[in-house]
Amino acid sequence: MANGNGRVGLRERLTQAGDHIRTSQVWSSIFRPGSPFRAGYTDSPRNRSYVIMNNVLYHLHPVKVKRHAVRLSYTLCLGGLSFFLFILLTITGIFLMFYYRPTSPQAYLDIQALATDVAFGQLVRNLHRWGAHLMVLTVFLHMARVFYHGAYKPPREFNWVVGIVLLTLTLLLSFTGYLLPWDQLALWAVTVGSNMGAYAPVVGDQVSFALIGGVQITPDTLLRWYVLHVLFLPFIIVVFMAVHFWRVRKDGGISGPL
Amino acid sequence: MAGLPEHLLRRSAEARAKAEGRDVEEVLAELKGEAPPPPQESAAPAPAAADPEPAQGDTAPVEAPAPAAAASGPVRDLEAESAALGVPVSLLQRAMEGRARTEGKPIPAMASAPAAAPAAAAPAAAAAPAAAPAAPAIPEGVTTQRLLTVVKAGAIQQVKSSPQDKVSVWPHLLAIEFVALMVVTAGLIVFSVFVDAPLLEFANFNEQPNPSKAPWYFLGLQELLSYFDPQVAGVIIPTFGLIGLALIPYVDKNPAVKPSDRKLAIMIFSFFVFASAVLTTYGSFFRGPGFNFSFPWVDGIFFDF
Ligand code: HEM
Repeated sequence: MANGNGRVGLRERLTQAGDHIRTSQVWSSIFRPGSPFRAGYTDSPRNRSYVIMNNVLYHLHPVKVKRHAVRLSYTLCLGGLSFFLFILLTITGIFLMFYYRPTSPQAYLDIQALATDVAFGQLVRNLHRWGAHLMVLTVFLHMARVFYHGAYKPPREFNWVVGIVLLTLTLLLSFTGYLLPWDQLALWAVTVGSNMGAYAPVVGDQVSFALIGGVQITPDTLLRWYVLHVLFLPFIIVVFMAVHFWRVRKDGGISGPL
Repeated sequence: MAGLPEHLLRRSAEARAKAEGRDVEEVLAELKGEAPPPPQESAAPAPAAADPEPAQGDTAPVEAPAPAAAASGPVRDLEAESAALGVPVSLLQRAMEGRARTEGKPIPAMASAPAAAPAAAAPAAAAAPAAAPAAPAIPEGVTTQRLLTVVKAGAIQQVKSSPQDKVSVWPHLLAIEFVALMVVTAGLIVFSVFVDAPLLEFANFNEQPNPSKAPWYFLGLQELLSYFDPQVAGVIIPTFGLIGLALIPYVDKNPAVKPSDRKLAIMIFSFFVFASAVLTTYGSFFRGPGFNFSFPWVDGIFFDF
């Protein structure tokens, strides 16, 4: 194709280059048939199914859902947002791990340095902290919405129990993260919080000993909670999330309509 | 066909009638053996008593395959083929008939009639004008089985009773999720640009701030600590709270989901939600030094996120 003066225009060149890439072997090996990014995608019922079915998304979504399930007003996206916040926290958390050493006083200095020495350090720290608080909130609201819809009734009883485990794990993740800045706020909030656990009858002392690694919070506690926070608890919560999402689908998708 | 329930007979009669373009009642009567089958073009009448099914369009039973020989058509030696292929004659015959039917050709005649046709098949053999009637005898000492069973529809696979109103996840649900995700990300980024996460002084074991507060989601519990024994507020209430929450689906036996049909459950749950919200707010904003009551607008806010 040519424009008025017989030369190939920039737009055509770009289109051609785009077509060339999209028909290449590399490209079509990445985007499986049905992907909207693949050359020759057309919007058809069959391709709409393939978008999900031929895609890693098939782990999370069925091809079709009940019409009422896509209404924003039903789930308010709360479960989905909890999950998304978890992903966001994982990403920002990995970034923070590059600059953080769980020792005293280095931990505190590293957090301080985020604000001064690290590009976007303060922003990422803020995202991680506010995201964490928001996740506690969305998980709680998600639970409330599930309750008010009676969505825990058969066959979803067990998924509600899994949800309670997720709620507990979310709180624990948030709580273990709270100590890591190693400032006055962190130290004493966690002291107050874990003192409550120490009142447990019979096993109280053992519980608090296992949790904080001693009779009171020390730099050892910092290391212990760091490992719980970045490794152990995320691992466990991912396992329970997998069960949770799997059950949502096996229990027949989203409940309702009311 | 003896012993088959009436409704099954009727169903198969209907199917056959439809396939052959005949009257249902007629086929049904025939299946039941009540009326003699109507004469068939060029096909031998089926043996009357033993097997009242019409030869045409029949699936031949193993014991006595209907003599469905036609006068014309290629001749096949089923016995020989059977020996060569190791497939029972009856099955070969059935396959042959089936193929003939689908191709609309006359059923091929069989080359060799078994020497000792069973007595029941004899009338058929006599009636057949062609040279090839009759069923192959079952060789002695061989037990045969009919792999035929009646399966009620729905017994194996549950068919959804009513189709549901569904929409494709792509694009409908994914688009919504994407927008929700973008909105939350944008909101969080904007918030993070303007509000910094707190960082107080370096941790000091010798200097406890006054008041010291737990993270906000535990402040409801900390608030309870001012009313109850620590064992109650710090351990028993949270433990039983979580266990109680987990037990909700097993305690609430009411199957209704309409809010108007589950007022009690909603009331109880809302009470606890409301109580924890009040306690948390109270502990967060109305507790000053010494964890004593204070108005935030008088003494300031003693709360950090
Ligand atoms: C980390 C925390 C959690 C995540 C990421 C999560 C995620 C999800 C998602 C994505 C759904 C699909 C529907 C929706 O978005 O509402 C869902 C449904 C559900 N969740 Fe959660 N959830 C979490 C915590 C909880 C908690 C605390 C509970 C209850 C105690 C719970 C109970 C349920 C139940 C019963 C369903 C099925 C709801 C229905 O069918 O309408 N989940 N969850």
